[in-house]
Amino acid sequence: MTTMNSPALMPYDDVIAQFDPVMGLEVHVELNTKTKMFCGCATEFGAAPNTQVCPVCLGLPGALPALNRKGVEGAIRIGLALNCEIAQWCRFARKNYFYPDMPKNFQTSQYDEPIAFNGWLDVPVETDEGVQVFRVEIERAHMEEDTGKTSHLGGATGRIQGADYSVVDYNRAGIPLIEIVTKPIVGAGKNAPAVARAYVSMLRDLLRALDVSDVRMDQGSLRCDANVSLRASADSPFGTRTETKNVNSLRSIEKAIRYEMQRQAAVLAGGGQVTQETRHWHEDTNLTTSGRSKEEAEDYRYFPEPDLVPIAPSREWVEQLRATLPEPPAARRARLQEQWGVNDTEMDSIINAGAVDLVVATIAAGADHTAARKWWLGELARTANDQGVDLADLAITPADIVDVERLIAAGTINDKLAREVIAGILAGEGTAEQVVARRGLQIVGDDSALLAAIEQAIAEQPDVAEKIRGGKVAAAGAVVGAVMKATRGQADAAKVRALLLAHLGVEDA
Amino acid sequence: MASPEITPDDVAHLARLARIDIPADRLAYYAGQLEVILGSIAKVSEVAGDDVPATSHPQPLTNAFREDEPGQSLTAEQALSGAPSVEDSRFRVPRILDEEA
Amino acid sequence: MSELITKTAAELASAIASGAVSAVEVAQAHLDRIAEVDGRVHAFLHVDTEGALAAAKAVDSRRAAGERLGALAGVPLGLKDVMCMEGIPTTCGSKMLEGWRPPYDATVTRRLKDAGVVILGKTNMDEFAMGSSTEHSAYGPTRNPWDLERIPGGSGGGSSACLAAYEAPLAIGTDTGGSIRQPAAVTGTVGVKPTYGAVSRYGLIALASSLDQAGPCARNVLDTALLHSVIAGHDPHDSTSLTDAVPDVVAAAGTRDLTGMRIGVVKELGGEGYQAGVRQRFDEAVAALTSLGAEIVEVSCPHFDYALAAYYLILPSECSSNLAKFDGMRYGLRVGDDGESSVEQVMGRTRAAGFGEEVTRRIILGTYALSAGYYDAFYGSAQKIRTLIQRDFNDAFAKVDVLVSPTAPTTAFKLGEKLDDPLAMYLNDIATIPANLAGTPGMSIPIGLAPEDNLPVGLQIMAPARADERMYAVGGALEAALLAQWGAPILSKAVAL
Repeated sequence: MTTMNSPALMPYDDVIAQFDPVMGLEVHVELNTKTKMFCGCATEFGAAPNTQVCPVCLGLPGALPALNRKGVEGAIRIGLALNCEIAQWCRFARKNYFYPDMPKNFQTSQYDEPIAFNGWLDVPVETDEGVQVFRVEIERAHMEEDTGKTSHLGGATGRIQGADYSVVDYNRAGIPLIEIVTKPIVGAGKNAPAVARAYVSMLRDLLRALDVSDVRMDQGSLRCDANVSLRASADSPFGTRTETKNVNSLRSIEKAIRYEMQRQAAVLAGGGQVTQETRHWHEDTNLTTSGRSKEEAEDYRYFPEPDLVPIAPSREWVEQLRATLPEPPAARRARLQEQWGVNDTEMDSIINAGAVDLVVATIAAGADHTAARKWWLGELARTANDQGVDLADLAITPADIVDVERLIAAGTINDKLAREVIAGILAGEGTAEQVVARRGLQIVGDDSALLAAIEQAIAEQPDVAEKIRGGKVAAAGAVVGAVMKATRGQADAAKVRALLLAHLGVEDA
Repeated sequence: MASPEITPDDVAHLARLARIDIPADRLAYYAGQLEVILGSIAKVSEVAGDDVPATSHPQPLTNAFREDEPGQSLTAEQALSGAPSVEDSRFRVPRILDEEA
Repeated sequence: MSELITKTAAELASAIASGAVSAVEVAQAHLDRIAEVDGRVHAFLHVDTEGALAAAKAVDSRRAAGERLGALAGVPLGLKDVMCMEGIPTTCGSKMLEGWRPPYDATVTRRLKDAGVVILGKTNMDEFAMGSSTEHSAYGPTRNPWDLERIPGGSGGGSSACLAAYEAPLAIGTDTGGSIRQPAAVTGTVGVKPTYGAVSRYGLIALASSLDQAGPCARNVLDTALLHSVIAGHDPHDSTSLTDAVPDVVAAAGTRDLTGMRIGVVKELGGEGYQAGVRQRFDEAVAALTSLGAEIVEVSCPHFDYALAAYYLILPSECSSNLAKFDGMRYGLRVGDDGESSVEQVMGRTRAAGFGEEVTRRIILGTYALSAGYYDAFYGSAQKIRTLIQRDFNDAFAKVDVLVSPTAPTTAFKLGEKLDDPLAMYLNDIATIPANLAGTPGMSIPIGLAPEDNLPVGLQIMAPARADERMYAVGGALEAALLAQWGAPILSKAVAL
């Protein structure tokens, strides 16, 4: 069914010269409620298989759903944060299709009556012309339930094709999902992939600020499907679209859309037609492959879910939930910029690095804002980039940064050693203190050891020592450098300098 | 709505949607019966005008919520007790050809 | 046969509470009766001898310890096999669930257990409750104790037959289009479909979720009221469950005078297509209601004529979705898993093998009615008719307190008579379906034997939603008046098994 041969791709600049891309993004967010959408089973990630299940989420005969209030609240808060209208009255519907990961063989979802609709999100996008704000319009945000997890066994690849059989764990079945669907995103042009990435990134930050989801793309609590089509120009009708699934990181969103644009352009330029189909993004090979053709799409036979009564959120309830929303992104940006005393460009780089929340959290944990920014935008941003992961997914927390800063302030380590401590934390060697202890990174604080090193350095550079004695304090750097080298950086440079000058009987300038 | 005609092919399509392997030699039988039944109930579309709202729930209840508090789950053993095939505490199912969801 | 088996539930409960008889003796008498007659009647699919005796023993111990027992403690009951009971085979009359033992109790089951009711076993039914004769059970039909060649009604024929055969004084039924009331009518017993939402559906294996309602079955009105009180009440596990207090149906069942009560005779239910003897007994019962002081008014519910058509779209649509879960992956039957076949093939084979013809027919019909392109014309239109039928009821209840009609158009027909004609079979429910569509309550009580065949005839009493007590008042008063006329309960006229 899947064709693995690599199709032709048109160079990206040519795609942009000849076509206008249209995108639609569907993001599925797993809510972080304690229990599932329709039953009281726990939602812990990584529990032993089929231990977080009950008659309801296993779809046992006779079981009935009971709606989690917190799930509805999450949906409404997400809707409000996306500037949506909240339905006065809406229902769940059954989406009927057979699949072994779905215990009832229908998904309890919403169809033509979503709880939230008609919203927008302003997204800053980094372009060649600087940061531009792009408005992504939101079609709807609706509630549904997640499916179980299927593993394919017995085949060579662990993929679905060629497997001998599959096994299903229903722990995930019934976890609340909110599906957020954009209206067609037009006018992004060459920036389309960047807009998509920035939108999902912004959405992720927003959902994290709302505290409604863990938003871990690596664990599947945030998942994105990307619809892409090309048309000849901005006034042409929409072209045939493909839906790319399995796009599980911000980077992949950008790459997958870019890839689909190039692939579709090559098809169209070759006189072919784009097939309306589901495609799958492969993180390892950076390409999409054809899945199910949409022409033989199932007839889902939606109808109102008779086992759940309609939801009619009172306006008072909606307003109460609105009052719990975090600050809107633009206002927040302005406030943080002022508090941190950074200019627009600096703020943009913090946002683009995905570091805003991390910096805020680090400050909240006790660091000063200069230090917080220094680490997240410097050392850590470089590491994330090298590893190809998002900053937030690094194995270090704001609290760790505060610990490191505290050790620097106490004189236990210096800046250079701090980098090693952070490397240790990232490598999973424990807390900052543990890394310092295990790697033996304390600054050499014993004056006699330092003095010995200083005398040694003076003996090696008598001429420089003479200059210092003669009042050329600036020359002290060379001796200090030699001492630092001799102590493998474990000394405090300022202290070495003070000791050196005292030793030579010179007043500091 | 005029009484619709139901062909054996229609029944085959519906049976596939409903995942019931109706033998080929029974399709015409079901088609005939379906046509008779539909013929007798097709009149529903002639009764109510656009001004009549549809009733999906017999009682006019709204907002039945459960608090987000843990309830009782089954043990894996209980959950799997009725399963036709089990492997490593998971439900074992035949191979899946179609890729979806 | 022990005289214990002819007692009413109320009598048994009071004898057990007073210590005149033990719950174990009562259970044993009924288990003996089942052993004696059920080979012929086939009301039970599973008899839980051990569990029943243990439950009875527990009641006796509680009594011995001085505990106050519930109103039905120690009274035996037949539980329709549509209701989940932990650890006890629950098949819904289908091969699909052969051998399946639920890991949980339905709310109704749990409430019965908590009340000390002794569950004797699971009663036979049409497969997944689809049918009006219990002939669609995959485990063979139940026979009517009045005439073993005739049907006991359906889908709850096992529950009605176990009452009529004195195998149990109480039973639980479920009613989607008449499956409690029509079996009651054709077996000379009493059956009540409460207001939709009055009794929890949690653990009731769904046929059509918006129509299904569990209810009490017994041989007299008071016993059904006592059972109603045990099983009704809000359940947070069922979102469609009413939060209202349960009406005092037991007190209502003691009504003996209907002065001031306005009773409507539904013009559309009872004319053409109704057996002459059914109409005759119905007219006499209406006369009896007048004698009790009620004012009789003829009312018209014009959209009832479309009820059957709407029902046969809504029910198959919902059931096609409700029954999708039976696919051989997590429980129940699995067919054709040869290690080579795909999951789709195995599901298709399993469902073909596990479902009987009537179930298949309705699933296909429902799949059709919900399909893109047909939804508005069929399912959508049927839901609008539902609105019109509710309006008919509202208009009628603005004029009268309750409505009455014959419960079923005919007395019990012969086994096999309508098996090959689905439309004729569907017509059995013509008088009972409107209440399911509207969510309103209905009761059937016996009003005599049709002169032409000496078989029981039932009267249906319908009340507004959440006014179930009105049916019990009218039913209780009419039952007492008829008993006075007859001198003995109607079942005493049945041929001894």
